[in-house]
Amino acid sequence: MEKLINDFSFGLFIWQVVIFVGLILLLKKFAWKPILDAVNEREEGIKNALLSAENAKKEMQNLKSDNEKLLAEARAERDALMKEAREIKDKMINDAKVEAQATGEKMIEQAKAAITSEKNAAMAELKNQVSSLSLEIAEKVLRDELSNKEAQTKLVEKMLGDAKLN
Amino acid sequence: MVISKKPLHFIAALLVAFMPLVSSANPSNDSTAVEAHAVAKTEEASHEGVHAEPKDEKAKIKEFINHHLLDSHSFYFNADEESGKHFGFSLPIILWDNGFQFFSSSKFHNGEEVAEHNGNFYVLHHEKIYKTDASGKLNEEHGHPTNVRPLDFSITKSVLGILLIALLMFLVFTSLAKSYAKNGGIAKGIGRIFEPIVLYVRDDIAIPNIGEKKYKKYMSYLLTIFFFILFLNILGLTPFGFNVTGNFTITASLAILTYLITTFTANKNYWGHIFWMPGVPTPMKFILAPIELLGTIIKPFSLMIRLYANMVAGHVVLMSIIGLMFIFKSWIGSSLSFGLAFALSILEILVAFLQAYIFTMLSALYFGAGNEEHHHEDAHH
Repeated sequence: MEKLINDFSFGLFIWQVVIFVGLILLLKKFAWKPILDAVNEREEGIKNALLSAENAKKEMQNLKSDNEKLLAEARAERDALMKEAREIKDKMINDAKVEAQATGEKMIEQAKAAITSEKNAAMAELKNQVSSLSLEIAEKVLRDELSNKEAQTKLVEKMLGDAKLN
Repeated sequence: MVISKKPLHFIAALLVAFMPLVSSANPSNDSTAVEAHAVAKTEEASHEGVHAEPKDEKAKIKEFINHHLLDSHSFYFNADEESGKHFGFSLPIILWDNGFQFFSSSKFHNGEEVAEHNGNFYVLHHEKIYKTDASGKLNEEHGHPTNVRPLDFSITKSVLGILLIALLMFLVFTSLAKSYAKNGGIAKGIGRIFEPIVLYVRDDIAIPNIGEKKYKKYMSYLLTIFFFILFLNILGLTPFGFNVTGNFTITASLAILTYLITTFTANKNYWGHIFWMPGVPTPMKFILAPIELLGTIIKPFSLMIRLYANMVAGHVVLMSIIGLMFIFKSWIGSSLSFGLAFALSILEILVAFLQAYIFTMLSALYFGAGNEEHHHEDAHH
């Protein structure tokens, strides 16, 4: 111990403390702080990079499942659309059919009506013709009948006989 | 070539085990006389306030190691004994003796001469500067000179080492800091080697001991102290012969800083546990308070002693083994001690890292203790 105390050099102590404390302060400003900051930053960077890679992976998976979902949705929609279209088509055909039938029936009806009226008209004309013809015939027959006296009287009698009977 | 069926390192270990028996037998018979002579000579020399080189090899090595462990006022790689020439360079001497006295350490001529500056005379004795008269005589009492010691703010070898390491750290870590911005958050260059250690200090020293919330404000200190101790430990293993972290003054200053930071950043809970320990009977609280208070001082004290003792021990052992090479002067002994020195050097590198780690770890632990939040009573250990 005595040797230690004897060896102690105050001048060296002062130099050592001054240089060492100066060194700490200088290195703190120019070395340790930038080094530790850079290392921290690098470590943070690595951590963030790993994390973002993980996130990207997850996102990719999400996207993939989203895509699949979208695809399925699109497919379903397409199917629905097709079905609807088919239904519309069927309905349109049906409607057309029904309409056509109705129109046809109507046309037939009209035709029938027209035919009937034509027929009636023709019948009426025929009747008129027949009546006028029969009148003419009757006139001629009567004229013939009424040309001799006997025949006239016979006719009148006959007619009277008929009328009595009525 | 098969010498024996035993594994090779077993034989090596055996050789090492027998080595001291062989070696101590040889030179001891004549060394005592020389040693005595050397001691007599050093005593004589110290009276004149001048060093004399001891002649004996062992004593010389011991002297060299002791000299190495001390701080030095000049920087020498090598010295030629015969011509007394030293290879290296002088360092500035700064003394506070009625104003700053500033001169070169070359004036001391490696502690052999009296330095005269501004009409004052100074003598360098065991790397301490004493004020003397013109003759350079030291008045000794119980082996310690009683002369006035002016406050010594010299740029010694240790100060030079600290400055070099501080500069190196500043350059390395600012370049690392800049490389992040330039390179998009990835380190480049020399600093890159230290990035994992910075992260290690953060993730395995600071966060587990201090806690996720509060570790940030201590990071600068922990990182600086870790690399400071580590670099100085490694510098101590270079052949330049620095022994900075094995210097009591340095470890004391580091420990004091840890103590001050712990004390001034501690929360109420920490002081509560020191002065009024919860969960124990009231009389015990009075007994525990001084113990706990003493504990706060013992903790940094142990930090100081641990680092100092480890580094000094490492240097002494390593230098002794290197010294053995010159004592053996036989090819078996010298090459074995070379191998041992090599193995120990590698071990010392491990120790350099380990001691830096332990100092930082324990500092973080003390900071963590000072910042512990109040838990349930049974959560305390």
